[in-house]
Order: sequence, then structure tokens, then C-alpha cells
Amino acid sequence: MLAWFKSWEGLLLLILTVTIAANVALAPQFLTLQNQINLFQLSIEKIIVALAMTFIIINAEIDLSVASVMGLAACAFGVLVANGVPAGLAIVLCLMLGVASGAFNAFWIAFAGIPSLVVTLAMLIAYRGFARVLLEDRGISGFPQWFADLGQKAFLGPLPLAIIIFLLLLAVFSYVLHATGFGRQVFVIGTNADVARYSGVKVRRVKTILFVMSGAVAALAGLLYAARLASVRGDAAVGFELDIITMVLLGGVSIFGGKGSMLGVLLSVLIVLNLRNGMALNNVTGHVQTGVIGVLLIVSVLGPNLVQMWRQRVGAAS
Amino acid sequence: MIGMLRNLHPQTLRILALFIVLILTILFFATQIDGYFSPRMINRIATSVAVILPIAIGQALVVMTRNIDLSVGSIVGIVAYIIGDYLGSHGDINPVLVILLALALGAFCGAINGVLVAYGKVPSIIVTLGTLALFRTFLVEYSDARTITTSGLPQWLVDLPQVNLFSIGNFDMRLIVALALAAALLAWLALSRLRMARKIYAVGSNPDAAIVAGINAQRVVFVSFVLSGLLAGLAGFIFLAKFGNITVVAGLGFELKSVAAVVVGGVNIFGGSGSILGVLIGSVLVDTIDNSLTRWALVSEFWRDALLGMLIMAAVAADTFMTRSFGRLKRGAN
Repeated sequence: MLAWFKSWEGLLLLILTVTIAANVALAPQFLTLQNQINLFQLSIEKIIVALAMTFIIINAEIDLSVASVMGLAACAFGVLVANGVPAGLAIVLCLMLGVASGAFNAFWIAFAGIPSLVVTLAMLIAYRGFARVLLEDRGISGFPQWFADLGQKAFLGPLPLAIIIFLLLLAVFSYVLHATGFGRQVFVIGTNADVARYSGVKVRRVKTILFVMSGAVAALAGLLYAARLASVRGDAAVGFELDIITMVLLGGVSIFGGKGSMLGVLLSVLIVLNLRNGMALNNVTGHVQTGVIGVLLIVSVLGPNLVQMWRQRVGAAS
Repeated sequence: MIGMLRNLHPQTLRILALFIVLILTILFFATQIDGYFSPRMINRIATSVAVILPIAIGQALVVMTRNIDLSVGSIVGIVAYIIGDYLGSHGDINPVLVILLALALGAFCGAINGVLVAYGKVPSIIVTLGTLALFRTFLVEYSDARTITTSGLPQWLVDLPQVNLFSIGNFDMRLIVALALAAALLAWLALSRLRMARKIYAVGSNPDAAIVAGINAQRVVFVSFVLSGLLAGLAGFIFLAKFGNITVVAGLGFELKSVAAVVVGGVNIFGGSGSILGVLIGSVLVDTIDNSLTRWALVSEFWRDALLGMLIMAAVAADTFMTRSFGRLKRGAN
């Protein structure tokens, strides 16, 4: 039991405790319910996509296009609604658009064999481009009130819809990743795709499912983003992929695949959200916040490496 | 003809395929845009490539060692801004010294990356994601949101984009283009002849085997990041000369373009192989597509990014397909 604390998740729990303690000490309004909800709401779309990204990175792939799919889905929704399509139908169409984007990525990655870094990098540019084609220079607002309410107001108890969705996805994804055969396959492919294939795992099918899921979740997050802001622009969700990948990597998921846990990602998400919230409450600018998260990411990997190197040196000397 | 193809090295085949794609692209745009082959157009594209080419070469060096450098955009921004700012108050420094300063500043940023990746053993995607944010944050704080304008820069710098090395009839070889090409030439010479540089291929191809063979893999990786930063510094200088007005978002997005150019240019993303000639063609291709799309009357400017992404996708797919087909042809004949 004590050994667990030496693991990555244990370290994250420690950092989280320190962060929350610092926040409580430095900002009296930190512990209010409203602040806690705001803490999540500000980045809720990113952390929803981070849950899906966890699968992708454990599978030794990467999806750099998620933020662009978010933006594309949001912009497509705006354009559809502005042209008289009922919002409910527009939501379904945009989700299908996310599925299509994921499937397009999956084709090149799983079937044509082009590395996911390359494919999703090109599609990051392309999907963002399509979003800009749809919206050009305009912004679109004037969504139905029920749509904006879903994004901003409380849905179940004090929690907005987006937080409910996050908690649901967290539960479902944790179960699938850690307690099902499919989850095991994801890990195995990440460790060694060739070995997995020779062992009978349908590698192509798993990869296709993951990237389609990533596209669908990104589209859902894009719609939630549009609802929360009650407006869309061509540059919606630009640059989000960096934060999302940072949260997943900080959570102990190895960039090389095959290792990681949903618990780690959850803890890392909580750390990043609390850090940003605490800094914002203490009037630290967004740029410095991003810099701090960057340092945290590097230190989180560098620290354990240094400790290990020091241990080896001491061990070799004795 | 198939027989001739059979005897070629796969790397050469790949570059040949890439070159064909470039020619086809240029021919296509020539039919769509008036005056495509005019000296003015060629100069525009050449000076644009002059900014991205050094970055792409630096990125190629890093990618060949099985790493990636996502911070190059931020390094370009930092160098362009700080050098511009410095020149504002010290306007009469020797131009060569200014270029050296830019290189040194870029190399310093690259060294930070290099230390963390090579000696701290932190995966390069994590380090450069972090320094991408960190360098940009530093720039924002340093600049206090001021903008560098051409009025603050010495005249020689403002005029630099127009200076020609030589002219043949109407076609000018701009000095900054020559600078970028010289960097490419140096890199190509080094990688094909210098043993020190050949080690880059070894480390990327199989790090463990390289270490066992006595190569100091850590130092090679460190040096590759320093070079990437140095070349990004050169690009930052060219960027400053070309644009003059530098904001805090200068260089944003260059990392994507450089990786695109490198990948399109045939450098294996898993390291260990790639040629500077391929990177050159890749940079020219990506930048030509980008520049040509803005001038294509048929599509509005808003289609630019969408088409660029799809075209990069197509170039990589075509390249993969051609490499596999040629490879199969070659194998089938034996």
C-alpha cells in the first residue's frame, strides 16, 4: 500500500494536495462551490477530450487534430443553425461530422500506414481550414436559449451538463480501459503493435475505433464549447491540443505507449485545473499560467529521472 | 526505364518522386495563376522559403535522431523580437555581428532543449511542448506587449530583403535566399562527409547500437538541438529582415510547417534516415503551395489552410505510395 505512493499516481496526489493547500491558503474564495464549478467549467471541453486522448496515447499514437475537429464541429453547428436547421438536428449532424473526421484520420493511420503524427498534423491544418471556410471572418451567435442554457446553467443539481458528461465519460472510459478486453488490447498494441498483430489482435480495427471515438468526442466537446460561449468563431478552440496532450502526459501516460492510467489523467487534470484557478485568483496572467504548466510538465518527468540517475550513481558506488 | 529505376537507391527514388510532385504542383498553379513564372513571383516565393528552410533543416537534424522540436516557432519569435529590440537602441552594430548574435541566441534556446532531452532524459515531445509555452511566455513578459516596428530598425536591415547577391537578366538571387541556401548546403556537406554529422543517422537509426559502437549518443542529440535552435535563430533574423514589424505572436505555427516540410521531404519520422535535398524540396513544396493558394483567384483566402492541409496529406500519401510501389518493383525484379 505504501509502495503505491511511490508510483506516478502517488506523486500526482502529493502535488495535487500541495496545490489545493496553497490555493486555500492564498485565496479565501477558493473553496466556494461556485469557484469549484468555474474551475472545471473553464476547461471542461479540454478535459473531456483528454479522456479520449488517453486511449490514443496509450495506443502509441497521437491525435493532433482534436482541437481543429472541435472548432470545425462548433463552426458547422453555427452555420447550420444560422441557416435555419433545427438545433437538435444540427447537433446530430455535427457529431456525425466528428465521426467522419475520425474515420478519415483512421483510414490513413490504420490502413495506409502513415504515422499518426504526420496525418493528424496535416489534418489539424485542414480541419481548421474548413472551419474558417465555413465561418470566414464572422462570428455566429443567437443560438436557441435552451442550447446556451445547457452550456452555462446547472443541469443536475448544481452541476452543468458538461461536468455531468465528463463524469459519465470518466466512469465509462475507466471501465473500458482497465476492465475490458478491448482496453487490454489498447495497451498491448501500444507496447508492441507487431506482437499484438501476431497474437491475433485486430490492430487495424482497434485503431479505427479509437480515432473515430476521438473525433466523436472532439465534436461533442466542440458543441459544448459553442454552448458555453453561446457563440462561435473561425478560431474556436485554437491551440487546445497542447493543453490536452500536456494533461495526458502529466498524468503518467507514456508518450511511447503501453503505460498509463485513467486515475493518473484524472489527478493531472485536477492539478492543472487547480493550478490555473489558483493562479487566476491571484491575478497571474494567462501567459504565465501556460508557462507554469509547461515547467510542471518538464519537471514532472525530469524529477524522477534525476532521482533515478542519482540512485544509480549511489548504487554503483557502493 | 524500369530497369534503370531498379538500380537506384530507395532514398534517391523517394527524392525523385518528391521532385515530380513539386513539378506537377508548379505546373498546375502555372495554369491557374497569371504570371506565375515571373521574376517577381519567384522572388516572393524564394524569400518566403528563405524563412522556413533553415527551420526545416534544424527540424530535420532533430527528427533524424528520433526526436522532435516543437519549440522552433517560439525560438524564431524570441530571436526576431529580441534582436529587433536590441537594434532599436544600438543601431550601429556590424551586420555580421548581428547575425552572429541571432545564431547565438537561438543556439542558447536550443541548448536548453538539448540539455533536458539528452541529459535529463525527458522525451523531446514533452520538453519541446514545455519550452514552446515557456519561450512564448518569456517573450510576452519581456516585450510587455510592445511591437517592434521598422522605424526602430537600422536602414541596412530594412533594405536587406531587396539586396541581391547577383542578377541574371531579370532573375535576382536575393542575399537572404542565398543565406538560407548556404545553410542548407553546409548541412548537406556535413551530413554526407563529416563523421561527426554521420553519427546523427546512427543515433536515430538505433540508439542502443550506436552507444555500443562507441558513439556519444547524448552529445549527438544535444548538438542536434543546439543546431536546431541556431538555425531557428537564423530564420528569426531573416524573419526580422523580411517583415520588420514583430509582434509577440511572431513565429507562431512555424513548428507545424517545419515538421510538414521535413516529413514531406522524406525524413523518416522514426529517425535514422533523410536527406537535406529532400528537406529542401519539401520546404519549397509546402511553401509554394501556401504562397500559390493565396494568389489563386478561384478560391477565397479562407480555403488556404484547408487546401494546404489536404495537399500535405496528399503529398505524404503519394510519396508513401510511390515509395512502396518502387520498392515492390525493385523487390519483384530480384
